[in-house]
Amino acid sequence: MKHEIVEKNLGLMIVLIILTISGGFLVEVVPLFFIQETNEPVEGLEPYSALELEGRDIYIREGCHVCHTQQIRPFRAETERYGHYSVAGEFVYDRPFLWGSKRTGPDLARVGGRYSDAWQRQHLYDPRSVVPESNMPAFPWLFEDRVDHTRTADKMETLQTLGVPYTDEQIANAASQVEGKFEIEALVAYLQQLGTVISDKR
Amino acid sequence: MSTFWSLWISVIVLGTIFGCVWLLWATRKSQTTDTETDRTTGHSFDGIEEYDNPLPKWWFYLFLATCVFSLGYLVLYPGLGNFQGILGWSSTNQWEAEVAEAEEKYGEIYAQFGDTPVVELANNDDALKIGQRLYANNCQVCHGSAARGQIGFPNLTDDDWLYGGTPDAILNTLHNGRMGAMPAKGVMPNMTGEQVDQVVNYVLSFSGREKDAEAAKAGEAVFAQGCAACHGADAKGNQAVGAPNLTDNVWLYGSTYEWIKETVLYGRQNQMPAQSGRLTEDQIQILAAYVYSLSN
Repeated sequence: MKHEIVEKNLGLMIVLIILTISGGFLVEVVPLFFIQETNEPVEGLEPYSALELEGRDIYIREGCHVCHTQQIRPFRAETERYGHYSVAGEFVYDRPFLWGSKRTGPDLARVGGRYSDAWQRQHLYDPRSVVPESNMPAFPWLFEDRVDHTRTADKMETLQTLGVPYTDEQIANAASQVEGKFEIEALVAYLQQLGTVISDKR
Repeated sequence: MSTFWSLWISVIVLGTIFGCVWLLWATRKSQTTDTETDRTTGHSFDGIEEYDNPLPKWWFYLFLATCVFSLGYLVLYPGLGNFQGILGWSSTNQWEAEVAEAEEKYGEIYAQFGDTPVVELANNDDALKIGQRLYANNCQVCHGSAARGQIGFPNLTDDDWLYGGTPDAILNTLHNGRMGAMPAKGVMPNMTGEQVDQVVNYVLSFSGREKDAEAAKAGEAVFAQGCAACHGADAKGNQAVGAPNLTDNVWLYGSTYEWIKETVLYGRQNQMPAQSGRLTEDQIQILAAYVYSLSN
């Protein structure tokens, strides 16, 4: 094929460029939408409760995922520190997933149950009061602001449309479950369930 | 992975590689000579022309080499759908091999320490070195790097124990965790504001710091009704339920009037997470020895 033909036919050039750059996407991403390993939840995985879901949104709002990953890689050094390596089936109800890409702070994939609620609250209120060398920001407003309960049901309904198995009853009760709760309660509820579905931490 | 997706991946991957090789050959053949000339592509952009020279040889062969490398890689490692590669490598079995190697190296040492009684282990320098590292990784976030604790998290270096400082008690705490829960106003939910003030003064009087001696005296009756069930009539605590001794001037939640008042008014909840399942039995044994050694 002569270069000239490609260079002078914009439509053909667009088609060829798309073909060239879509190879990686077609091979590495598209199959994941359909194969079992990434779509089947691991045994015992439950969708987030209304409070945990709101906590997750606070986690996103405050940018926790910028400094904390939620993915334990299969290296001994990581599994010794954080617990069992992460598997795809743990994240099927996560939309979007919060694996993160940079560890300024430690990985949080299995932080659930690792520390007490009281520790989590104190640490979020003033990180340096429990970990003197920490450079994590404090989040005192979580202790003053209440969770916005007006959108909880909508969020769960949207997730239901996307395939998360919420029952209609759960959605109907969503607002009442989070109404009046402080944001810190929602965030701690979210943190305390992270990674607990795989109970074998070794 | 289904056969369809396996084929889908294989066909696109191989198609891309061979497509690259084809493109390389096809464009090379269109060039009549492989030496540099002054010939141009015929394009002229604002008077700027482009030479129509062959690709540099080093670049051409490097590109071919990457294609050969990728084919070799696909034979050895998983990359073509369900084909696992002749090396049989996977990230999971790499991890398993890594863990097995460590187990072989350290397993014996751990097993030996795991079988040694805590008291004896607390005199073994090697075990304590491991214990110190385990402590740093798993405990110091709450109890502090010097194990002196902080508000809400007990000091492990003193002789004051909420649940007992015997080797068995420490092992039990590590294995199963502890739930520390003091209800608001103890077991006397209708405690009035005045009674709260009295009982706080009474508690302060154990260390001679009461603000109001009369209130402290009145607090004795309140204490008997609302607090003695857990803390004991003599306020010396009860290790069976983790109720602190209030007479020794060691304070888990702050020692001032304000702190104690807050504790009485709202109660206190905290938890020591169970380490069984997080750490191996042997590691817990070593940790118990380390904690035991801090105060013995």
